[in-house]
Amino acid sequence: MDFAVPFGAGALRWGGAALFGRWAMMIPRADAAAAPPMFAHLLRAIVERRDQASFMTLFDYYAPRVKAYLKRLGAADSVAEDLSQDVMFAVWRKAASYDPAKAGVGTWIFTIARNLRIDALRRERRPELEPDDPRLAPDPAPMPDEEAEASQEVAHIRAALRALPEDQAKVVTMAFYDGKSHGEIAAELALPLGTVKSRLRLAFRRVRGLLGDHAA
Amino acid sequence: MTPQHHPSEATLLTYAAGGLGEGLSLVVASHLAFCGECRAAIVSGEQIGGDLLEALAPEAMAADARERVLAMIGSEAPPPPAMPAPPADPTLPAPLGRYLNRDLSAIPWRILGPGLKHFEVLPHDLARGNLRLLRIAPGRRLPRHGHTGTELTLVLQGSFSDALGRFVRGDVAETDDAIVHQPVSDRDADCICLIATEGPLKFESPIARMVQRFTGV
Repeated sequence: MDFAVPFGAGALRWGGAALFGRWAMMIPRADAAAAPPMFAHLLRAIVERRDQASFMTLFDYYAPRVKAYLKRLGAADSVAEDLSQDVMFAVWRKAASYDPAKAGVGTWIFTIARNLRIDALRRERRPELEPDDPRLAPDPAPMPDEEAEASQEVAHIRAALRALPEDQAKVVTMAFYDGKSHGEIAAELALPLGTVKSRLRLAFRRVRGLLGDHAA
Repeated sequence: MTPQHHPSEATLLTYAAGGLGEGLSLVVASHLAFCGECRAAIVSGEQIGGDLLEALAPEAMAADARERVLAMIGSEAPPPPAMPAPPADPTLPAPLGRYLNRDLSAIPWRILGPGLKHFEVLPHDLARGNLRLLRIAPGRRLPRHGHTGTELTLVLQGSFSDALGRFVRGDVAETDDAIVHQPVSDRDADCICLIATEGPLKFESPIARMVQRFTGV
Protein backbone atom coordinates (compact mmCIF):
# COMPACT_ATOMS: atom_id res chain seq x y z
CA MET A 1 0.00 0.00 0.00
CA ASP A 2 2.85 2.35 0.72
CA PHE A 3 5.69 3.08 -1.61
CA ALA A 4 9.28 2.20 -0.90
CA VAL A 5 10.75 4.79 1.39
CA PRO A 6 14.52 4.76 1.04
CA PHE A 7 15.25 6.85 4.11
CA GLY A 8 12.69 5.28 6.37
CA ALA A 9 13.60 1.64 6.38
CA GLY A 10 16.81 2.08 8.32
CA ALA A 11 15.30 4.45 10.81
CA LEU A 12 12.72 1.88 11.82
CA ARG A 13 15.16 -0.74 12.91
CA TRP A 14 16.60 1.38 15.65
CA GLY A 15 13.20 2.78 16.56
CA GLY A 16 12.08 -0.12 18.73
CA ALA A 17 13.16 -1.20 22.16
CA ALA A 18 15.72 1.47 22.99
CA LEU A 19 13.20 4.29 22.80
CA PHE A 20 10.38 2.46 24.46
CA GLY A 21 10.47 4.00 27.91
CA ARG A 22 9.22 7.56 27.70
CA TRP A 23 5.88 7.18 25.93
CA ALA A 24 4.00 8.50 28.94
CA MET A 25 5.20 11.99 28.14
CA MET A 26 3.71 11.77 24.67
CA ILE A 27 0.26 10.35 25.08
CA PRO A 28 -1.52 11.15 28.32
CA ARG A 29 -2.82 8.07 30.09
CA ALA A 30 -6.54 8.49 30.71
CA ASP A 31 -7.19 7.93 34.40
CA ALA A 32 -8.84 4.52 34.69
CA ALA A 33 -11.40 5.89 37.16
CA ALA A 34 -12.32 8.63 34.69
CA ALA A 35 -12.69 6.24 31.75
CA PRO A 36 -15.69 7.47 29.78
CA PRO A 37 -18.86 5.61 30.68
CA MET A 38 -21.10 4.30 27.92
CA PHE A 39 -22.51 7.54 26.57
CA ALA A 40 -24.43 6.23 23.57
CA HIS A 41 -27.71 6.06 25.51
CA LEU A 42 -27.44 9.81 26.26
CA LEU A 43 -27.36 10.58 22.56
CA ARG A 44 -30.35 8.31 22.07
CA ALA A 45 -32.24 10.26 24.76
CA ILE A 46 -31.47 13.48 22.90
CA VAL A 47 -32.83 12.05 19.66
CA GLU A 48 -35.92 10.45 21.20
CA ARG A 49 -36.92 12.99 23.85
CA ARG A 50 -34.83 16.13 23.24
CA ASP A 51 -33.56 15.37 26.74
CA GLN A 52 -31.51 18.31 28.00
CA ALA A 53 -30.29 16.58 31.16
CA SER A 54 -28.66 13.85 29.05
CA PHE A 55 -27.11 16.52 26.89
CA MET A 56 -25.68 18.35 29.89
CA THR A 57 -24.04 15.13 31.11
CA LEU A 58 -22.31 14.86 27.75
CA PHE A 59 -21.47 18.56 27.88
CA ASP A 60 -19.83 18.33 31.29
CA TYR A 61 -17.62 15.45 30.18
CA TYR A 62 -16.74 16.46 26.63
CA ALA A 63 -16.80 20.28 26.44
CA PRO A 64 -13.68 20.68 28.66
CA ARG A 65 -11.86 18.03 26.63
CA VAL A 66 -12.84 19.59 23.31
CA LYS A 67 -11.60 22.90 24.68
CA ALA A 68 -8.31 21.27 25.71
CA TYR A 69 -8.00 19.74 22.22
CA LEU A 70 -8.56 23.11 20.54
CA LYS A 71 -6.05 24.84 22.80
CA ARG A 72 -3.50 22.10 22.09
CA LEU A 73 -4.01 22.94 18.42
CA GLY A 74 -3.10 26.55 19.11
CA ALA A 75 -6.46 28.26 19.63
CA ALA A 76 -6.53 31.13 22.15
CA ASP A 77 -8.58 30.47 25.28
CA SER A 78 -11.57 32.59 24.24
CA VAL A 79 -11.61 31.07 20.73
CA ALA A 80 -11.36 27.54 22.14
CA GLU A 81 -14.18 28.36 24.58
CA ASP A 82 -16.57 29.61 21.88
CA LEU A 83 -15.69 26.86 19.47
CA SER A 84 -16.11 24.09 22.05
CA GLN A 85 -19.59 25.46 22.80
CA ASP A 86 -20.30 25.35 19.06
CA VAL A 87 -19.02 21.76 18.91
CA MET A 88 -21.36 20.73 21.73
CA PHE A 89 -24.28 22.52 20.09
CA ALA A 90 -23.50 20.53 16.93
CA VAL A 91 -23.57 17.36 19.07
CA TRP A 92 -27.12 18.30 20.08
CA ARG A 93 -28.23 19.07 16.55
CA LYS A 94 -26.57 16.10 14.87
CA ALA A 95 -27.31 13.48 17.53
CA ALA A 96 -29.53 11.56 15.08
CA SER A 97 -26.59 10.99 12.74
CA TYR A 98 -24.54 9.18 15.41
CA ASP A 99 -24.15 5.51 14.54
CA PRO A 100 -23.15 3.44 17.58
CA ALA A 101 -22.25 0.49 15.35
CA LYS A 102 -19.54 2.55 13.66
CA ALA A 103 -17.75 4.40 16.44
CA GLY A 104 -17.74 5.39 20.09
CA VAL A 105 -19.22 8.70 21.24
CA GLY A 106 -15.73 10.15 21.84
CA THR A 107 -14.68 9.28 18.30
CA TRP A 108 -17.80 10.88 16.86
CA ILE A 109 -17.32 14.08 18.88
CA PHE A 110 -13.66 14.14 17.85
CA THR A 111 -14.71 14.23 14.16
CA ILE A 112 -17.11 17.12 14.82
CA ALA A 113 -14.43 19.09 16.69
CA ARG A 114 -11.82 18.35 14.01
CA ASN A 115 -14.07 19.53 11.19
CA LEU A 116 -15.32 22.66 12.94
CA ARG A 117 -11.74 23.62 13.75
CA ILE A 118 -10.72 23.29 10.10
CA ASP A 119 -13.72 25.38 9.00
CA ALA A 120 -13.30 28.06 11.64
CA LEU A 121 -9.57 28.37 12.24
CA ARG A 122 -7.97 27.23 9.01
CA ARG A 123 -10.80 28.77 6.94
CA GLU A 124 -10.84 25.77 4.67
CA ARG A 125 -13.50 23.33 3.74
CA ARG A 126 -13.15 19.79 4.95
CA PRO A 127 -14.03 17.38 2.15
CA GLU A 128 -15.66 14.34 3.73
CA LEU A 129 -16.91 11.02 2.51
CA GLU A 130 -20.67 11.16 2.10
CA PRO A 131 -22.09 7.96 3.60
CA ASP A 132 -25.24 8.12 1.45
CA ASP A 133 -23.37 8.79 -1.80
CA PRO A 134 -25.14 6.50 -4.32
CA ARG A 135 -21.74 5.96 -5.99
CA LEU A 136 -20.25 4.39 -2.87
CA ALA A 137 -18.50 1.07 -3.48
CA PRO A 138 -19.80 -1.54 -1.01
CA ASP A 139 -17.96 -2.16 2.27
CA PRO A 140 -15.81 -5.27 2.45
CA ALA A 141 -17.77 -8.18 3.92
CA PRO A 142 -17.61 -7.90 7.72
CA MET A 143 -16.09 -10.66 9.80
CA PRO A 144 -18.85 -12.74 11.43
CA ASP A 145 -17.91 -11.69 14.99
CA GLU A 146 -16.93 -8.12 14.15
CA GLU A 147 -19.65 -6.44 16.17
CA ALA A 148 -18.89 -8.41 19.32
CA GLU A 149 -15.32 -7.23 19.05
CA ALA A 150 -16.03 -3.50 18.77
CA SER A 151 -15.43 -2.69 22.43
CA GLN A 152 -12.39 -4.95 22.50
CA GLU A 153 -11.07 -2.99 19.54
CA VAL A 154 -11.39 0.31 21.41
CA ALA A 155 -9.51 -1.16 24.36
CA HIS A 156 -6.86 -2.51 22.01
CA ILE A 157 -6.40 0.88 20.35
CA ARG A 158 -6.07 2.55 23.71
CA ALA A 159 -3.44 0.11 24.95
CA ALA A 160 -1.54 0.06 21.67
CA LEU A 161 -1.35 3.86 21.54
CA ARG A 162 0.26 3.99 24.95
CA ALA A 163 2.72 1.27 24.05
CA LEU A 164 4.04 3.04 20.93
CA PRO A 165 7.79 3.61 20.75
CA GLU A 166 8.57 7.24 21.44
CA ASP A 167 9.52 8.20 17.88
CA GLN A 168 6.18 6.88 16.60
CA ALA A 169 4.14 8.39 19.44
CA LYS A 170 5.76 11.73 18.69
CA VAL A 171 4.61 11.87 15.05
CA VAL A 172 1.12 10.63 15.95
CA THR A 173 0.65 13.34 18.58
CA MET A 174 2.03 15.97 16.21
CA ALA A 175 -0.55 14.92 13.62
CA PHE A 176 -3.51 14.81 16.03
CA TYR A 177 -2.69 17.42 18.68
CA ASP A 178 -0.77 19.88 16.53
CA GLY A 179 -2.70 19.35 13.28
CA LYS A 180 0.50 19.10 11.27
CA SER A 181 0.92 17.65 7.79
CA HIS A 182 3.75 15.19 7.02
CA GLY A 183 5.75 17.99 5.49
CA GLU A 184 5.35 20.21 8.54
CA ILE A 185 6.31 17.37 10.87
CA ALA A 186 9.36 16.57 8.74
CA ALA A 187 10.45 20.20 8.76
CA GLU A 188 9.97 20.57 12.49
CA LEU A 189 11.83 17.36 13.39
CA ALA A 190 14.44 17.91 10.65
CA LEU A 191 13.69 14.45 9.25
CA PRO A 192 13.22 13.31 5.65
CA LEU A 193 9.55 13.19 4.62
CA GLY A 194 9.89 9.45 4.02
CA THR A 195 10.98 8.84 7.61
CA VAL A 196 7.97 10.71 8.98
CA LYS A 197 5.63 8.77 6.71
CA SER A 198 7.08 5.41 7.66
CA ARG A 199 6.84 6.21 11.38
CA LEU A 200 3.19 7.18 10.92
CA ARG A 201 2.60 4.00 8.96
CA LEU A 202 4.19 1.78 11.59
CA ALA A 203 2.27 3.50 14.39
CA PHE A 204 -1.01 3.12 12.49
CA ARG A 205 -0.34 -0.56 11.75
CA ARG A 206 0.54 -1.27 15.34
CA VAL A 207 -2.60 0.44 16.64
CA ARG A 208 -4.77 -1.36 14.09
CA GLY A 209 -3.30 -4.67 15.17
CA LEU A 210 -1.76 -5.22 11.74
CA LEU A 211 1.69 -5.78 13.23
CA GLY A 212 2.50 -8.50 15.71
CA ASP A 213 2.95 -7.14 19.23
CA HIS A 214 6.67 -7.70 19.06
CA ALA A 215 7.33 -6.34 15.58
CA ALA A 216 9.46 -3.22 15.43
CA MET B 1 -13.82 -2.92 -8.91
CA THR B 2 -11.79 -2.60 -5.74
CA PRO B 3 -8.90 -0.16 -6.16
CA GLN B 4 -5.42 -1.70 -6.21
CA HIS B 5 -3.52 1.50 -5.37
CA HIS B 6 -4.30 3.54 -2.26
CA PRO B 7 -3.09 6.63 -0.42
CA SER B 8 -0.31 5.64 2.00
CA GLU B 9 -1.32 4.72 5.53
CA ALA B 10 0.50 7.84 6.72
CA THR B 11 -1.74 9.95 4.50
CA LEU B 12 -4.91 8.16 5.64
CA LEU B 13 -3.92 8.68 9.29
CA THR B 14 -3.18 12.36 8.71
CA TYR B 15 -6.51 12.79 6.93
CA ALA B 16 -8.25 11.27 9.97
CA ALA B 17 -6.28 13.61 12.23
CA GLY B 18 -7.33 16.66 10.19
CA GLY B 19 -3.78 17.59 9.18
CA LEU B 20 -4.05 17.38 5.38
CA GLY B 21 -4.66 20.52 3.34
CA GLU B 22 -7.94 20.92 1.50
CA GLY B 23 -6.65 19.66 -1.86
CA LEU B 24 -5.11 16.43 -0.55
CA SER B 25 -8.19 15.93 1.63
CA LEU B 26 -10.48 16.11 -1.40
CA VAL B 27 -8.49 13.42 -3.21
CA VAL B 28 -8.64 11.16 -0.13
CA ALA B 29 -12.38 11.78 0.43
CA SER B 30 -13.07 11.00 -3.25
CA HIS B 31 -10.99 7.80 -3.13
CA LEU B 32 -12.98 6.69 -0.06
CA ALA B 33 -16.10 6.52 -2.23
CA PHE B 34 -14.33 3.82 -4.26
CA CYS B 35 -12.63 1.97 -1.42
CA GLY B 36 -14.21 0.27 1.58
CA GLU B 37 -10.79 -0.84 2.81
CA CYS B 38 -9.59 2.74 3.21
CA ARG B 39 -12.93 3.74 4.78
CA ALA B 40 -12.26 1.16 7.50
CA ALA B 41 -8.75 2.56 7.99
CA ILE B 42 -10.18 6.08 8.43
CA VAL B 43 -12.56 4.80 11.12
CA SER B 44 -9.56 3.36 13.00
CA GLY B 45 -7.73 6.65 12.62
CA GLU B 46 -10.71 8.53 14.00
CA GLN B 47 -10.83 6.13 16.94
CA ILE B 48 -7.27 7.20 17.71
CA GLY B 49 -8.50 10.79 17.61
CA GLY B 50 -11.39 9.97 19.95
CA ASP B 51 -9.06 8.24 22.38
CA LEU B 52 -6.58 11.11 22.35
CA LEU B 53 -9.44 13.57 22.89
CA GLU B 54 -10.64 11.68 25.94
CA ALA B 55 -7.09 11.40 27.29
CA LEU B 56 -6.55 15.18 27.44
CA ALA B 57 -6.65 16.92 30.80
CA PRO B 58 -9.96 18.87 30.83
CA GLU B 59 -9.77 22.67 30.48
CA ALA B 60 -12.25 24.54 32.68
CA MET B 61 -15.12 26.03 30.71
CA ALA B 62 -16.32 29.60 31.28
CA ALA B 63 -18.72 30.04 34.22
CA ASP B 64 -21.66 30.73 31.89
CA ALA B 65 -20.83 28.05 29.29
CA ARG B 66 -23.68 25.73 30.26
CA GLU B 67 -26.19 28.59 30.22
CA ARG B 68 -24.99 29.78 26.84
CA VAL B 69 -25.27 26.35 25.25
CA LEU B 70 -28.72 25.82 26.80
CA ALA B 71 -29.72 29.16 25.29
CA MET B 72 -28.49 28.02 21.87
CA ILE B 73 -30.60 24.90 22.23
CA GLY B 74 -33.61 26.95 23.35
CA SER B 75 -33.49 29.31 20.40
CA GLU B 76 -32.61 26.59 17.94
CA ALA B 77 -33.78 27.33 14.45
CA PRO B 78 -35.43 24.46 12.61
CA PRO B 79 -32.80 22.04 11.35
CA PRO B 80 -31.08 23.28 8.20
CA PRO B 81 -32.32 21.63 5.02
CA ALA B 82 -30.37 18.51 4.11
CA MET B 83 -27.43 19.18 1.83
CA PRO B 84 -28.69 19.19 -1.74
CA ALA B 85 -27.88 16.04 -3.65
CA PRO B 86 -24.51 16.21 -5.41
CA PRO B 87 -24.57 16.92 -9.14
CA ALA B 88 -25.91 14.14 -11.27
CA ASP B 89 -22.70 13.08 -13.08
CA PRO B 90 -22.63 9.40 -12.12
CA THR B 91 -18.89 9.21 -12.73
CA LEU B 92 -18.00 11.62 -9.92
CA PRO B 93 -17.77 10.74 -6.22
CA ALA B 94 -19.99 13.12 -4.21
CA PRO B 95 -17.23 15.17 -2.50
CA LEU B 96 -15.64 15.98 -5.87
CA GLY B 97 -19.03 16.60 -7.48
CA ARG B 98 -19.66 19.36 -4.95
CA TYR B 99 -16.40 21.09 -5.81
CA LEU B 100 -16.85 20.86 -9.57
CA ASN B 101 -20.58 21.55 -9.54
CA ARG B 102 -20.84 20.40 -13.15
CA ASP B 103 -20.53 17.23 -15.15
CA LEU B 104 -17.08 16.06 -16.16
CA SER B 105 -18.15 16.58 -19.79
CA ALA B 106 -18.77 20.29 -19.08
CA ILE B 107 -15.33 21.14 -17.69
CA PRO B 108 -13.84 24.23 -19.43
CA TRP B 109 -10.43 22.66 -20.09
CA ARG B 110 -7.41 24.86 -20.74
CA ILE B 111 -4.60 23.66 -22.93
CA LEU B 112 -1.36 23.03 -21.10
CA GLY B 113 0.67 21.42 -23.87
CA PRO B 114 0.26 18.93 -26.72
CA GLY B 115 -2.31 16.32 -25.65
CA LEU B 116 -2.53 17.85 -22.20
CA LYS B 117 -5.31 19.97 -20.68
CA HIS B 118 -6.02 21.08 -17.17
CA PHE B 119 -8.65 22.73 -15.01
CA GLU B 120 -7.83 24.36 -11.70
CA VAL B 121 -10.35 23.13 -9.09
CA LEU B 122 -9.10 25.47 -6.36
CA PRO B 123 -6.95 28.57 -6.83
CA HIS B 124 -3.50 27.40 -5.71
CA ASP B 125 -3.16 29.77 -2.76
CA LEU B 126 -6.35 28.27 -1.29
CA ALA B 127 -5.36 24.67 -1.88
CA ARG B 128 -2.10 25.03 0.11
CA GLY B 129 -0.55 23.59 -3.04
CA ASN B 130 -2.39 22.72 -6.22
CA LEU B 131 -5.72 21.05 -6.87
CA ARG B 132 -6.49 20.44 -10.51
CA LEU B 133 -7.99 18.08 -13.04
CA LEU B 134 -5.62 16.87 -15.72
CA ARG B 135 -6.78 15.44 -19.04
CA ILE B 136 -4.19 13.45 -20.92
CA ALA B 137 -4.64 12.30 -24.53
CA PRO B 138 -4.17 8.53 -25.14
CA GLY B 139 -0.59 7.31 -25.24
CA ARG B 140 0.85 10.63 -24.12
CA ARG B 141 4.09 10.64 -22.13
CA LEU B 142 4.28 13.33 -19.44
CA PRO B 143 7.55 15.16 -18.76
CA ARG B 144 9.69 13.36 -16.20
CA HIS B 145 9.31 15.13 -12.87
CA GLY B 146 9.90 14.93 -9.14
CA HIS B 147 7.97 16.41 -6.23
CA THR B 148 8.63 18.79 -3.39
CA GLY B 149 5.96 17.37 -1.06
CA THR B 150 3.23 14.77 -1.16
CA GLU B 151 1.27 14.48 -4.41
CA LEU B 152 -1.94 12.46 -4.71
CA THR B 153 -3.40 11.51 -8.10
CA LEU B 154 -6.85 9.90 -8.35
CA VAL B 155 -7.82 8.37 -11.69
CA LEU B 156 -11.39 9.24 -12.69
CA GLN B 157 -11.39 7.97 -16.27
CA GLY B 158 -9.00 6.00 -18.49
CA SER B 159 -5.71 4.83 -17.04
CA PHE B 160 -2.01 5.58 -16.88
CA SER B 161 1.13 3.66 -16.05
CA ASP B 162 4.47 4.54 -14.54
CA ALA B 163 7.26 2.68 -12.78
CA LEU B 164 4.91 2.03 -9.82
CA GLY B 165 2.30 0.17 -11.89
CA ARG B 166 -0.91 0.71 -13.82
CA PHE B 167 -3.53 3.03 -12.35
CA VAL B 168 -7.23 2.80 -13.26
CA ARG B 169 -10.42 4.51 -12.10
CA GLY B 170 -10.51 4.75 -8.29
CA ASP B 171 -6.78 4.15 -7.87
CA VAL B 172 -4.60 6.71 -6.11
CA ALA B 173 -0.92 7.23 -6.90
CA GLU B 174 0.95 8.81 -4.01
CA THR B 175 4.36 10.28 -4.70
CA ASP B 176 6.67 12.47 -2.68
CA ASP B 177 10.17 13.88 -2.73
CA ALA B 178 11.72 10.40 -2.95
CA ILE B 179 10.09 9.65 -6.32
CA VAL B 180 10.80 10.92 -9.82
CA HIS B 181 8.39 9.51 -12.38
CA GLN B 182 7.16 9.79 -15.93
CA PRO B 183 3.53 8.70 -16.23
CA VAL B 184 2.22 7.53 -19.61
CA SER B 185 -1.49 7.49 -20.35
CA ASP B 186 -2.76 4.21 -21.79
CA ARG B 187 -3.71 4.04 -25.46
CA ASP B 188 -7.45 3.34 -25.31
CA ALA B 189 -8.95 6.62 -24.03
CA ASP B 190 -8.28 10.06 -22.58
CA CYS B 191 -7.11 9.77 -19.00
CA ILE B 192 -8.69 12.20 -16.52
CA CYS B 193 -7.13 12.55 -13.08
CA LEU B 194 -7.67 14.68 -10.00
CA ILE B 195 -4.27 15.79 -8.71
CA ALA B 196 -3.42 17.54 -5.45
CA THR B 197 0.10 18.61 -4.58
CA GLU B 198 1.60 20.24 -1.52
CA GLY B 199 4.45 21.89 -3.38
CA PRO B 200 5.50 22.63 -6.96
CA LEU B 201 6.62 19.81 -9.26
CA LYS B 202 10.29 19.62 -10.20
CA PHE B 203 10.61 19.10 -13.94
CA GLU B 204 13.88 17.85 -15.33
CA SER B 205 13.51 19.47 -18.76
CA PRO B 206 14.07 23.24 -19.12
CA ILE B 207 11.13 23.55 -21.53
CA ALA B 208 8.75 21.94 -19.07
CA ARG B 209 10.08 24.29 -16.40
CA MET B 210 9.33 27.25 -18.63
CA VAL B 211 5.74 26.08 -19.22
CA GLN B 212 5.48 25.69 -15.46
CA ARG B 213 6.31 29.37 -14.93
CA PHE B 214 3.30 30.38 -16.97
CA THR B 215 0.77 27.84 -15.80
CA GLY B 216 1.54 27.47 -12.10
CA VAL B 217 1.54 23.65 -12.32
